Amino acid sequence: MDADRVAVSRTRGMRGVRPGALLAIGPLALVAILLVIPLTTLLLIGLGLDGTEGLEGTEGPIAVLGSPSTWRVLAYTIGQAAVSTVASIALALPAAYALHRLRIPGRRALLALVTVPFVLPTVVVGLAFREILPFAGTTAAIIVAHVFFNVGLVIRVVGGVWSGLDPRYLDVSASLGRPPWRGFVEITWPMLRPAILASAALVFLFTFTSFGVVLIVGDPAWPTIEVEIYRLAVQSLALDAAATLAIIQLIVVVSALVVSASLQRRTSIAGVVTHEPPRSPVRSPADRLITGYTVALVTAICLPLIALLLGSLRVGSRWGLDYYAEVFSPTDPTTRATPAWEALLTSARYAIVATAIAVTLGVLGAIAVTFLRRSAGWVDTAITAPLGVSAVSLGLGLLLFSLRGPLDMRGWWLLVPLGQALVAMPIVLRVVLPVLRSVDPRLRDVAATLGARPARAWLTVDGPLALRATGVAAGLAAAVSLGEFGATAFLIRADTPTVPIQIVRLLGRPGEANLGQALALAVILVVVTAVIIGLAERARPARGGGW
Amino acid sequence: MSTESGLIISGARLDYDGTTLLRDVDLAVASPEIVALLGPSGSGKSTLLRCIAGVQPLDAGTIRWNGVDITHTPAHLRSFGLVFQDALLFPHLNTGANIAYGLRRSRMPREQITARVHELLDLIGLGGFGDRDVATLSGGEAGRVALARALAPRPRLLLLDEPFAALDRELRDRLVEEVRELLHTLGTPAIHVTHDRQEADRIADRIVRVADGTLRPEGHGE
Repeated sequence: MDADRVAVSRTRGMRGVRPGALLAIGPLALVAILLVIPLTTLLLIGLGLDGTEGLEGTEGPIAVLGSPSTWRVLAYTIGQAAVSTVASIALALPAAYALHRLRIPGRRALLALVTVPFVLPTVVVGLAFREILPFAGTTAAIIVAHVFFNVGLVIRVVGGVWSGLDPRYLDVSASLGRPPWRGFVEITWPMLRPAILASAALVFLFTFTSFGVVLIVGDPAWPTIEVEIYRLAVQSLALDAAATLAIIQLIVVVSALVVSASLQRRTSIAGVVTHEPPRSPVRSPADRLITGYTVALVTAICLPLIALLLGSLRVGSRWGLDYYAEVFSPTDPTTRATPAWEALLTSARYAIVATAIAVTLGVLGAIAVTFLRRSAGWVDTAITAPLGVSAVSLGLGLLLFSLRGPLDMRGWWLLVPLGQALVAMPIVLRVVLPVLRSVDPRLRDVAATLGARPARAWLTVDGPLALRATGVAAGLAAAVSLGEFGATAFLIRADTPTVPIQIVRLLGRPGEANLGQALALAVILVVVTAVIIGLAERARPARGGGW
Repeated sequence: MSTESGLIISGARLDYDGTTLLRDVDLAVASPEIVALLGPSGSGKSTLLRCIAGVQPLDAGTIRWNGVDITHTPAHLRSFGLVFQDALLFPHLNTGANIAYGLRRSRMPREQITARVHELLDLIGLGGFGDRDVATLSGGEAGRVALARALAPRPRLLLLDEPFAALDRELRDRLVEEVRELLHTLGTPAIHVTHDRQEADRIADRIVRVADGTLRPEGHGE
């Protein structure tokens, strides 16, 4: 045992126990108030334990569980998620190899493009696919859109491990008489398997709980469980039945998480990644083929966005900015409809509040986790938990809580940004925590020996080093808030829609002009999101001049 | 020693998870004196240095400086400079700002800080390096800057934890020589941790062997 290392880890824990616990209060309170309590409410109502069972017009849990349509919806949801997951992984693997193991020109740009869909609002993606897919309104359209969303995620997760695989393992395998394909089966595949399973679990969760995309490009006769919950709650006002469905959905989500965790534990190989070996040049015909495929895939990822842009500029048979002009037109006194630009203001207001809350609490949570010792694990899990809950369940839980809870919170505007902050906070934690953890604790020791009190040492060393990650996290939080649809749909007041809500409303109205406005709004939302993320990534500590 | 001066450690002890890292450590360092702690890796010499710096609390024993008990004084109030094996320069600050870090809190006027930083840069032979990004420094340069950073606030004692161990032999020998001259010029006492007998001989006035978490005095160097 290395005595010095032990000593380091010990001081790191000892020094921060109390401040760590204090810092965790804020983020844990948000999770408790906006996740635990609403989900408990949802459970009670969904199981018919809240005493309202038997009221006229309510459908008890037994009726919901006994209905064949419930099981049809569940089977369909699982089926489309499974197909989406397999397709995403199959299409992503060759690209993961090309982008992480091969030396191809423009690699960084391609990798960045592949990641773009991940920060796009689901409603925008749905709209884009409705524009370009001749078979929109079918299950196939859902799967295409889901692949579009998740292929980049798989490429990133699997590619991250692949880039660390030493290619000399394959040289060893070849020297022992194995042809390349057996090298892949016997060496590469087993080493990638944990990453593939991890990304498969994520993709399954995302596609199982996908809402905005399915609502827009799906087959109306075949709702997924999310869409069904939304319809029951918002359109039919059958809140109890919706709650029962939400419970079934939670059970599937939790089971999927448990299965994937145990699969990953059983298959993980310790210490595969040591250093990053150099990428090899494209030489063999197979490598050329895979590179070509990857470029084609990335191009395909760009197409929906281009279609969106072109669609917003195509007015009848000519090109023009008419739809954009309509977005910013003044309120029409006769229709009393909310003008689209008001949705932009609403979204901006909510995004600022939600980002401020998510970043503050997420960073506090990250600091707490780095300083805590024994309780770090569960604080981390608790703050990350909102990521595992579907936006629709979250929205339904909050709605039920605000309707039937002890506090009447109906129409309370802060509920919307708070709900968005709850979804964004785990992302902030996940982005900032690794950076804080990577700061060498001895840097603080050096600062202390130079006369810095612990608080000053943290503020002058860890703080600036984590600033860039905090900027990135803030950008992502803003993107989450701007694009959030599932939870917002339940909480928003009719007269103050956000941009994604307004887009869906416009789609529900007939006519070219409404579709055109929806497209223009979607383009504006994408541009705003891109600009915010771009700016956020530029946040850097001032390089210390002025000494 | 009639009136107590310099560093005196008595009966220092440190346990971790049932393992004793340090036991019965008694050490006195006069001012000015350079003491080398010589021992193999895992012997506890770096841990002892961390305890002296105050970044690691002791389980038992006392540390005194000029007769004052500083056992429970936090690191930032001890005025003991610390230099690690890897320079550990603050990556977000440039070379000058790294050296100025310890001067910032002393309410020193800005011009004086600038002057002191220039003085130290000249002292370590890196005049004009103030605005350099620390990532662009060579290993030897980074080691010198780490030393300058520790010396800038005029520490009462300098703690060197295998500084320059990551550098090649020739460069290390030269730096060891430079440090020795520098410390003698400044009159700053120092404790130098190393596993290299030759290096200990070169730098120290006195060598103390460390083994299994305790000390064994061993005559004079050179």
